[in-house]
Amino acid sequence: MSATIDYSQKIPNNVNLSDDRTLQRALEQWQPNFIGWWDDMGPEGSTNYDVYLRTAVSVDPQGWAQFGHVKMRDYRWGIFLNPGDPERSIQFGDHRGERAWSDVPGEHRANLRRIIVTQGDTEPASVEQQRHLGLTAPSLYDMRNLFQINVEEGRHLWAMVYLLHKHFGRDGREEAEALLERRSGDENNPRILGAFNERTPDWLSFFMFTYFTDRDGKFQLSALAESGFDPLARTTRFMLTEEAHHMFVGESGVSRILQRTAQVMNELKTDDVAKLRAAGVIDLPTIQRYLNFHYSVTIDLFGADQSSNAATFYSSGLKGRYEEGKRSDDHVLKGQTYKVLEVREGQLVEKEVPMLNALNEVLRDDFIKDSVAGVERWNRVLEKAGLPHRLKVPHKAFHRNIGALAGIKLAPDGQVVSEDQWKARQDEWLPTASDRAFVAGLMGRVVEPGKFAHWIAPPAMGINRQPVEFEYVRFN
Amino acid sequence: MDMAVDVVLIKQHLIDPEICIRCNTCEATCPTKAITHDDRNYVVDVNICNSCMACISPCPTGSIDNWRSVPKSRAYSLAEQFSWDVLPPELTSEQLAAVGAKLPDEAPAETVAAQATQHSEATAAIDAELHAPSYNAAVPPWSAAHAYTNLYAVKTPTTATVVGNFNCTEAGFDSETHHIVLDFGAMPFPVLEGQSIGIVPPGVDANGRPHLPRQYSVASPRNGERPGYNNISLTVKRVTEDHQGKPVRGVCSNHLCDLQVGDAVKVVGPFGNTFLMPNHPRSNIVMICTGTGSAPMRAMTEWRRRLRKSGKFEGGRLMLFFGARTQQELPYFGPLQSLPRDFIDINLAFSRTPGAPRRYVQDLMRERAQDLGDLLASPDTCIYVCGLKSMEEGVVLAMKDVAQAKGLDWETLASSLKREGRLHLETY
Repeated sequence: MSATIDYSQKIPNNVNLSDDRTLQRALEQWQPNFIGWWDDMGPEGSTNYDVYLRTAVSVDPQGWAQFGHVKMRDYRWGIFLNPGDPERSIQFGDHRGERAWSDVPGEHRANLRRIIVTQGDTEPASVEQQRHLGLTAPSLYDMRNLFQINVEEGRHLWAMVYLLHKHFGRDGREEAEALLERRSGDENNPRILGAFNERTPDWLSFFMFTYFTDRDGKFQLSALAESGFDPLARTTRFMLTEEAHHMFVGESGVSRILQRTAQVMNELKTDDVAKLRAAGVIDLPTIQRYLNFHYSVTIDLFGADQSSNAATFYSSGLKGRYEEGKRSDDHVLKGQTYKVLEVREGQLVEKEVPMLNALNEVLRDDFIKDSVAGVERWNRVLEKAGLPHRLKVPHKAFHRNIGALAGIKLAPDGQVVSEDQWKARQDEWLPTASDRAFVAGLMGRVVEPGKFAHWIAPPAMGINRQPVEFEYVRFN
Repeated sequence: MDMAVDVVLIKQHLIDPEICIRCNTCEATCPTKAITHDDRNYVVDVNICNSCMACISPCPTGSIDNWRSVPKSRAYSLAEQFSWDVLPPELTSEQLAAVGAKLPDEAPAETVAAQATQHSEATAAIDAELHAPSYNAAVPPWSAAHAYTNLYAVKTPTTATVVGNFNCTEAGFDSETHHIVLDFGAMPFPVLEGQSIGIVPPGVDANGRPHLPRQYSVASPRNGERPGYNNISLTVKRVTEDHQGKPVRGVCSNHLCDLQVGDAVKVVGPFGNTFLMPNHPRSNIVMICTGTGSAPMRAMTEWRRRLRKSGKFEGGRLMLFFGARTQQELPYFGPLQSLPRDFIDINLAFSRTPGAPRRYVQDLMRERAQDLGDLLASPDTCIYVCGLKSMEEGVVLAMKDVAQAKGLDWETLASSLKREGRLHLETY
């Protein structure tokens, strides 16, 4: 461990890191392990690449979007909290109106740690899931976007580790180590949440993942940004600005695939899957199946539809709702109800439950509304191309593995089906091995600046006003 | 052709709904709460947005960086923006003419719409041929001072008093350019070199409506035309003919040139937050202008001269390329001659000197390729171009040639100049 690293310089921060020797020592211990993890599990073969990255050096608009070519290993993973408001009060739950906490209240310690560890665990997980994708990037532009996401997930890990080190003492430090030890998809030591143990084997998966699963991140972070624990609120508020780029990559990525497919459909005047596949583009039914998969796996991330933990987190002021400040109810929610789904006599029916217990479902429904709007924007690409085809998100009870709906066999349109019907038709609804093999077969690295793989259209504009043909990655 | 320009053109800030992913970053970033959204779109309120550009770099998509020339009175409302699936096309020059507006390049010299030239065209980058405005930076250089903008709107102008008004070109010529000094008394009107102000001429136009303001670049430095006083100066050419040479009488320029000391003038502004000078020691300034486009150059030069005189500022080169029809018509010819050669490198081009070949600023730039190339290669150099629209392309082409002769890759240089706020074009 080198003593020569100046951590106050090495780690850009706005938390006066150099004034807190204990914290600095803790991060000095953790930092080489992080770099070790990055070398093992970060983007494969990327050590020497100079990547045109956005680095945050402060939280104001001028400071947090600094662009330049850097090696990812040397990316300045910083620690940033949105500016604090000493007058900030808790906006919801039993502590509503009290001053927000700058330290962890003893009685909420275990729950807060659990929330932070669960959030923190997703960050390195997605880097691990995506580590091979650089080898098949459809352009330098896309490769750069992938790497930008990877380093920012790394930064989000730092953000959570900072909270663990700063506020949770020894068990926080142990949790921070464990975040580097779990591995996505590892049978013996997997990541905490299911979707983060799935593979992201190809770029269609990657774009669907960043569209849906990073959007889950947006909603979780938004809910945590309401937290009564002020350092968590300020940290996640800043993380949201970075998360936006990740969702952009997903939304525009799928949109560009659709654009290309639609173009070839029009050229060949066909929607025949075999002909389109032979022409080297991804057919719409396959895209719909990927959508079904990623959507259903992602909405599981919001947790059980009835959860006493969710109620506790809310009432104790640890985790709010999305846009808590824009809601006009009493922000305490006692005695209020919310409708959740269950299956009764072979039919899906709604049932009213106490809203506090249904807060996972509330957040899931907010997510669904936001996701659907984006799918409609994808449909505008098809509409613009003059095609009658449309994409659609499946029913929210489709292909679920968490909560009351887990294991229920349902068609994407919401019809309950028998086990046999499911078996007979699931290949129409979820990506098959041959779908995945076909998509994988299209993947191949394109490294000439301004050139794009055949199956995807170029973007409308480059990054940071650079031209599309800019050399976003230099291989050296 | 009526001299009056009835409609003020603005560059309205809009968000492209086709590219926007509704991530809320802009709304969270905007310091003036100009951005809002519904279930469908994110939109910018033209009445609140002050073009501070804080939302531009945080936007992950680039959809935020769209600007449309529209008559101010016909700016897109929030309701219109909420209804869009795609951005409306740019209004054509015919459409603008139909609502009474003249395009900047058709408008007389005195009607500079500073806001209209601040922002690059989003579409320009994809033009295959050289499209000069696309090189224009949308941000000020890093060491620029903070500019105050829009302190006084058209509905709430302030009043200034004329404390000086004289011809700063040689007397006895048809064309004359006035140096006019306005004092604001006790009213705040902080300006920086490169900003402009609007003058509201008295009376009404042919349709019986009050005249709209005309914009002029400030010709004096930040601490006043007279140091320590709350006054500014303008460089105003008396407009007696239009660009085709047909006689017209410019409403505002003649109003200004005829003002007597003690007269009151209605003023709005200040405007502009990108065409601003660098303030760090060793920063070089290349200034390229014609005619009254010299106003911001005079302001910057004078500020540097005062700093140098005070002994508080070291280094940084100034290089000026200044064009006029003849020496007699060149504003400030006399005072320019008295500036020390080691302070500013002055190059004058005259296009209508009898018996001499026509020379333009771009010719001089090529002649001075060696020295200009050195400055272009320096990351401390900022470049300002101000004058008639027609000079723009020639100047950018000359800059490209000079850069290439120096062994610099033009596109790389141009993109860093733009990104770093080091190349500013303001033409009319």
